Parts: sequence; C-alpha cells; structure tokens
Amino acid sequence: MGISVNQDKCTGCGLCEKACPFGAITIVNKKAVIDLDKCTLCSSCVEACRKFEAIQIIRETTRTPDMEKYKGVWVFGEQKHGKVQPVVYELLGKARELADKLQVEVGCVLIGANVKEEAQTVIHRGADVVYVADNPKLENFLDEPYARILTNLIRKHRPEILLVPATTIGRSVVSRVAVQLRVGLTADCTQLDIEPQQKFLLQTRPAFGGNIMATVLSQYHRPQLATVRHKVLPESPIDTSRTGQIIENDYDKSFFISRTKVLKVAEELVSAVNISEANVIVAGGRGLGSGENFAILKELADALGGTVGATRVAVDNGWIPYAHQIGQTGKTVCPNVYFACGISGQIQHLVGMQSSKIIIAINKDSSAPIFEVANYGIVGDLFEIVPLLTKKFKESLQRS
Amino acid sequence: MIDYLLTEEQKMIRDISRQITDEKIRPAALEHDKTGHFPHDIVKVMAQSDLFGVYIPQEYGGMGGGIFDICLATEEFSRGCAGIALCYAASALGTYPILLFGSEEQKKKYLPLIASGKKLGAFGLTEPSAGSDASAMLTTAELKGDHYVINGMKHFVTSGGDADIYTIIAMTNKARGARGASLFVVEKGTPGFEFGKKEDKMGIRASSTRELIFTDCKVPKENLLGKEGMGFIAAMRTLDISRPGIGAQAVGIAQGALDHALKYAKQRKQFGKSILTFQGIQWMLADMAAQTEAARALVYASAREIDAGCKDVGKDSAMAKMFASDVAMKVATDAVQIFGGYGYMKEYPVEKFMRDAKITQIYEGTNQIQRNIIGLALMKETVQ
Amino acid sequence: MNVVVCIKQVPETTQVKIDPITKNLIREGVKSIINPYDLYAIEEGVRIVEQHGGKVTVVTMGPPQAEAALREAISLGADEAILVSDRAFAGADTLATSYTLAMAIKKIKDYDLIICGKQAIDGDTAQVGPGIAAHLDIPQITYVRKIEALEEKSITAQRTTEEGYEVLQSPLPCLLTVVKEINNPRIPSLKGKMKAKNAAILTWKAADIEAESDRLGIAGSPTEVWKIYTPPARSKGQIYDGDPEGAVNAIVAVLKEHLI
Repeated sequence: MGISVNQDKCTGCGLCEKACPFGAITIVNKKAVIDLDKCTLCSSCVEACRKFEAIQIIRETTRTPDMEKYKGVWVFGEQKHGKVQPVVYELLGKARELADKLQVEVGCVLIGANVKEEAQTVIHRGADVVYVADNPKLENFLDEPYARILTNLIRKHRPEILLVPATTIGRSVVSRVAVQLRVGLTADCTQLDIEPQQKFLLQTRPAFGGNIMATVLSQYHRPQLATVRHKVLPESPIDTSRTGQIIENDYDKSFFISRTKVLKVAEELVSAVNISEANVIVAGGRGLGSGENFAILKELADALGGTVGATRVAVDNGWIPYAHQIGQTGKTVCPNVYFACGISGQIQHLVGMQSSKIIIAINKDSSAPIFEVANYGIVGDLFEIVPLLTKKFKESLQRS
Repeated sequence: MIDYLLTEEQKMIRDISRQITDEKIRPAALEHDKTGHFPHDIVKVMAQSDLFGVYIPQEYGGMGGGIFDICLATEEFSRGCAGIALCYAASALGTYPILLFGSEEQKKKYLPLIASGKKLGAFGLTEPSAGSDASAMLTTAELKGDHYVINGMKHFVTSGGDADIYTIIAMTNKARGARGASLFVVEKGTPGFEFGKKEDKMGIRASSTRELIFTDCKVPKENLLGKEGMGFIAAMRTLDISRPGIGAQAVGIAQGALDHALKYAKQRKQFGKSILTFQGIQWMLADMAAQTEAARALVYASAREIDAGCKDVGKDSAMAKMFASDVAMKVATDAVQIFGGYGYMKEYPVEKFMRDAKITQIYEGTNQIQRNIIGLALMKETVQ
Repeated sequence: MNVVVCIKQVPETTQVKIDPITKNLIREGVKSIINPYDLYAIEEGVRIVEQHGGKVTVVTMGPPQAEAALREAISLGADEAILVSDRAFAGADTLATSYTLAMAIKKIKDYDLIICGKQAIDGDTAQVGPGIAAHLDIPQITYVRKIEALEEKSITAQRTTEEGYEVLQSPLPCLLTVVKEINNPRIPSLKGKMKAKNAAILTWKAADIEAESDRLGIAGSPTEVWKIYTPPARSKGQIYDGDPEGAVNAIVAVLKEHLI
C-alpha cells in the first residue's frame, strides 16, 4: 500500500520534485525521497516519471462484487416543473456515444411529479430505457427521497455508468448516492470517453482552477458516477422515430420520507438571467467605473440575445448583483461568445470564463492579461467601442 | 524593506492592518475620495479587529502597546488611503491628552470606550486666528460653580462631527496668555456644543474636518484634564508624541505611491519595451525607494524612543514628521511623473496620493514649525 | 448550539502555474490558505454561537501543516480545533474524505449543525459536504445563502437554485453547505490572533476515530487519477490597436456566423 520509489530506476532527475504540487519530494543523493506527511498520493509524480517508471503507487482496494454484471449507461434526467432540463439532452448525447462503444443500452431516470410525459422526449433524444418515478410527493427536489429512489434503481438494474448534470440538484443528490453505494464519483467532467482495452470510463475534469486537466477513473467499482458540466457537450439530436421501453415502478410510502421540507420555492428576476445558460455574455469589470455604465453592456447583450456578466470587483462595488459574477467565487461559464469589457483578466476571473468558445476583449491597456486569452482584442476605450459594436451588430442583423 | 525586527504582536498588527487595507480600504478609497463620506463601515472593521486599542494600556481595555504600534497600523492603512487612515489615527490624537494627563476616573471612563472603537476621539486646537500660533486662541472656559462654561470655536478639527469624545483647549485665564489655557473633555451631545460646516478639502477627503462651536456650553468640572493653566504645554506634549503618527501616514503614502509606480513602470510599454528597463525611470524609482525607507527608519526610531519613555522627544519626532512628509510629497509627485499623462487623470490612483501627501506637510504643525522646533532644540544643545 | 465547521487547507489557486517548457506545476512560493468558501462557513458558525451560545469546533483532515488553517480559524472566532491527520488518510478521494470526517464528527458526538463551504477551490467537487451527511445519515441543505430561523430542534434556510431560491426546513442535527452570499467574513482580531497562537489543537489519528482501515485513504478511494496534463494553450488572438471602427467592423463580420 502506498507510494514507493524504485531505487534502481530513479535517476535523480528531479522532474518529480518539480511536479509535486505539495512539496513532498526532495532529491537526496540523486534519488527521490518522498515525505509521506506531505504526500497526498495525487500521482502527479507518477505522471512526471513516465519515462523512467521509478515511482509507483500501489493500491489495494475493495471491489464491487459481480462487477461484470453492471451494464448500461444511465443519465439522471433532472427536471423542473415536470420539464426535463436541456443539460440532460447534452448528457444523453454523450451517453449514447459511450453506450455504442460499449454496445449497451442508454437508460434515463426521471424522478418527479407528472414527468411521465417526458419519457417519450428523452427516448427521442437517445434513451433506450426510461425509469420513471412519478408521484406528487416528488414534485419538489428533496435530497433524501431522490437519493433513495436513485440508489434503489441502481441496486436493482446495475448500470455501469451514471452521468448526472453538475447542477445544484445534481451535485447534491449524487454525492449522497455515491456514499450510499460506496462507489467513486468524479465532479464536473468536461470530457468523457471509454478506455478501449479495459472499458473504463475516462473522466476528465479541470483541476486547480482549470490550470491542469486530470483524467480520473474508477477501476474496481460500479457504477462509475460522474457529474458533467453544462454547455460543454452538444445536445443530442431529436429523432422522433426512436422507440424505447418505459419502466414505471411503484414505491411505497417509506421512499418519500424526507426530514427536510420545502416551505417555499422562489424565482428571482436577477437570477432568472442565468449566466451559465447564456450563449452570449457581455461582461464588465473595474473599467466600467459605475453601476449605471452597465447599461451600455446591456444594450450590446440585448442586441445579441445575450446577458450581462461581471467581475468580482464590479460586484463588490455594488454595481451589479452577485448572480452576475463570473470567476472563482462566482459562476463558471462557457458561452459561444464572451465579451470582456474593461476587464484586466485577473486569474480569478479567467478560471471562470476561459473555456468560452470565442473571447473578445476590450481594454485600454494593451498589456492587460485578458488579451492573452482573447481570440480578438481591441485596445481602446470601451465607452466608444461597445456602443459602436452594438450599432454595427444591429445594422448587420437588420440586413440579414 | 529593512527588517525592523518586529515582535510577534507587531507583526500581527501589521498583517491585520494590511488585510483591512487590501480587502476594505483599497476597494473603497476612490469612492470616499469622490464623495467625502466618512468611512463608518471600515472604522467598524478596524474596531472589531482591536486596532483602536493598540496603544492603550491593558487595564483600560487596550492591547498595551505604544506609539510604534499605532504607527504600524497607520502606515499600512495609508498605503491604501491616507484619508481613511486618518479617521483611525485621529482618534488617538484626541486620546493622548487623556492618556498623558487624565485622572484615574477620567481614564476609566473614556479609554475603554476608545480602545474598543465604540467611540472615536478628536482633538480641537486650531482656531481661525490661531494656527501655528496656538496662543492666539479666543475660545474661553469660565468656571461657574461645578461647571465650566465654554464659548468660542475650533476649526479644522479632524473627525469633527463624526467623533464622540473631544479634547479641546480653551483659555481659563486670558490674562496669563499661553499659561492661561486648559484642556477639557467635551462629549458629543453636550448642550451648547454644535458642529459647523464640513470642509471641502483637496485631499484626505474620506476624513471629515469640521468646526466645533461652543455657545454657553456647560461642561462638568471633572472634565478638566490636569490642572488649569497647563493646557498649552499639555497640547505641545501631545503633539510631541503624535507626530510619528503623521510620519507613519506619510511613509504609507510614499510606499503606496511607489508600489503603484513600480507596477505601472513594469507593465507600461513604450518604444517596444517596458519603461522599467529605462535607466531614467530606474533612477527615479531608486531614489523614491531609498527616501521612503529612510523616512520609515526615522519614524520607527522616533516612535520607539517615545515608547521607551525617553525624555525630550520633541526634536526627534519633529524630524520624523517633517522628513517623512517631505518624502511623501516628493515620492507621490514622482509617481505621477512616472505615470505620465495617465498619472494626472483621476481614473488612475496616483494623483490622489499626491493630493493626500500635501496635508502631511501642513497639519499638526507645518513643516516650517517643525523646523523651528528642531532649530530651537539645536540652539539649546549649543547652550548646554 | 454546538456547531462543527469542516475546513480544508488549499493552495492559493491563483498562484498555481504551469511551467511552459516542462509542463509541470510550479509550486515554489505557493501559499496555503483556508479554502475561501470555508471562511463563510466559519463566519456563519461563529455568528450562530455569538447569538445562541454553544461552541464552534473546526475540523480538518490533512497533513500536519494543516494546523495553520485551524489556527487561522480560531483567530476568526472558532472555539476548538481538531486536526484529523494520519498517513493512512493519504490519497483519499471524496468518498474516503467524507467517511473520515464523518467518523471524526461522530467522535465529537455532541453537535447540532455541521457547516461546510459549498466546495473547495482546488478540487471544486462539492461532494464532501453531502457525503458527510450521507455517512452520518442526517439531512442536508446545500448551497445555503441565508439562515432564516434557527430553533432548538430545527433550522429554516434559503437554498440557492439556478432560478432563485427555495426555503427548506430541517430538523437538527443537519448539515449545511454555504455560498458566498451568506455573510461577509470578518477580518481576524488582534485578540483572536493571540488566542490562536497559543490554542491547543487536538490531533486525531485513524485509531482515534475508530475508522475501518479499508475505508480510509487510497484503500477507501474508488477513484484514482490516471493522467494529469496541461490544457492546450489558446492560440494567440488577433489584437487591434488603433482604428476602433475598423476593428469593430472586422469583429462584427467574424461573429456574424457564430451568432446568426
């Protein structure tokens, strides 16, 4: 158990020392020495030592019994007010692809009240089997009954993979399910694939604020659970000719017991502008100078059917509500187009938006770090350029 | 920066003050400069962090440190905003006379309130016709039974209107001139005690400056600090120990301006390279850094001398205040120069440092008065 | 009201950089901090105790140097601190971590509320909080932005959702994960820092929390990191300097296809 350095293979090159994010490795007498008090077994060094293969992490772990009996790729069909959320279609597209590689079926779990009608919708989007738990008591999301039903279905039908949207509901419920099943769970995946030989699910996710990518797998446990970020995968196409099986189970009262109760569900106007859903975001930072000036960003956003975002500075100054904040302590977004106006591009902001497809930066300061991630940059006064962009886009849209 | 061998506790004071500066002061500095609003929220944060009590003895609810400790906090705050820093430091100026000359009852009554930051102190000395010449004051206090009745006005009072506990100087015996002045504690809310207009200032705009107006203001006899007639000397003693605080404010301004100038010089590109690579800029920055450090060393040495209980600290604290404030003015002006045209614009931070720096050469004794103090001390030394 | 706050020491993400040539993480000078979201958890715990009495116990699982994070938590108002530290914990994924913390909390025994930050900035998983609740079999309210009412036996809180918020009520003990909007964490006080310097920190090892050894650390972690790599750098973009009108025209032309 644990980590070891093969003294014959180690050349003392020091690559592992540099790779270790925790400062646990030092080179002593031309050999790597690992401080076990600092080591977290993150395997960065193993990766760095690919060439010499001198560092090894040995794991002895329990296994899920009858692992090979787990078949199928499932998607948690998150719904609100009885409507399946668009993110589910993104997951179904990926699930279809993974299932085809594994030559298994795609399952989708629908939990809620009056969700039966949505079964057909998810079949059209790629599901082969839909597991429905439809009961008025399940109208609002509640951790305990939702987790109980999901765990029960998994135990009964044994899928090998379950994909869950990385939303507030998805993350809350699946964390409980993972513990109840004692299996692995990888959060916030942006890429998923099947390892061709051993058929593991390769779950790739950003770590350290997107500075590195980590591919995670779960060798000995089934199902393999992953939450997947919204807007990183394309939606699966609608195919109304598809057919599938709908399995509706009856649950006795004990399934619906919840210690937490919902007293009220409120939708708020500001948050209704959900920036994580937007295709176009026009964001402003310190350069805006005041809350009133956000109006010119809103004009551009309105012209393009987008929404307004902001940096932490703008939010902390009270120029715009927190719901609009993008970055480390705000939301992570990846729209098609991201306008960064008067934003210098501090790393805390970049981690929240750098996976946007096209980034356009407008800043007076040509040396601002934002220009390093921008696909297009304009050095100049945003108060001149943003209204000009609005005007030109409007003209251009009218013409077409 | 030179290692000044701070104690564990002094490092804590510096670190907390720096955190308040980074998280609270710097983001708010421009807004307060624009509006001139008193930073009550930030003062509350400073209070919760125990910083108003650093120089007050533990038996009165303070942390038991001295002038040096308050200088550390003032310097850090001033790196972010000298005006907000002054809202902090001015409370001490009003408190020193109580600390130096107050009776046990007076200390017990006022110091815990000030140490906790629940109440702010302020010092009322200057009058329209009595600036550098404090002995020309017109405000009077007349003993009538168990009360003094105060009439007259003080102006340019820092934190005037926003502070709660005022130490003011008034004539109790006009005939005796400077020897007829006495110090009193007057609490906000006392009938006959009102505030005049708020001054519209060039810099340190977050700090409030108002007139104090006394119209037959009755103050209990117990509020006399020390004895009648010792007011003027007490005021001078107060200024002797408060001057390093202004020096620390000036060092903070210089350091803040230097930080901005260095950062800007590094990122600003002209002729295809960073202007920091130009020798002319490097020389300016080198001078700014050396002058700032020299000022800091002088301020710290003077503060530590006071805390050690040395006598005749007036000359040294005058040198610290004078030198540091002249450095602040020069370094801030040079910082504006390094920023070029941008430096002159309000959108960039350095012009504010230049405006803020100016007052440090003027208040708590103009630098000309400081030179008088130093000159007089030098003359005395030749006599000895 | 006894509150347990779970915290994590993390590297300051903003300082983690990749060496452009070796593609390795540069860790020199990287500071360790309390996970920023955990600061909101500590503050909320301290405020609850200031109002209702009781005590705040902070718990962290980590290497010996995580003690610094616990001391900082004490300077911010926590009453007691427990470091759960053992080589057996190394390599723990979220399942093993939440198990370990749950066992430590079981040993603390007398608690009404457990508060966690919504997620840690190094891993961003948001899984450990709910995981602890599942291990302890207690209810949870995630993404809490406001506590509306706290009574002897129940809590009412606002849970942030994508569209707004929900008001949930739960019996105690209950686990909360909190978001940034819940409060404005205080800056440590001088007295707090001095108290923290001398505070006794309890250290619990695997045996102390009576954990099953095959559920700890790498042995109890179903997931493993298979590969770490640097994301491909964005290619250098087109920068327009001067001639704003021309720049705007060019960008409008390019974007037209993406937007329409």
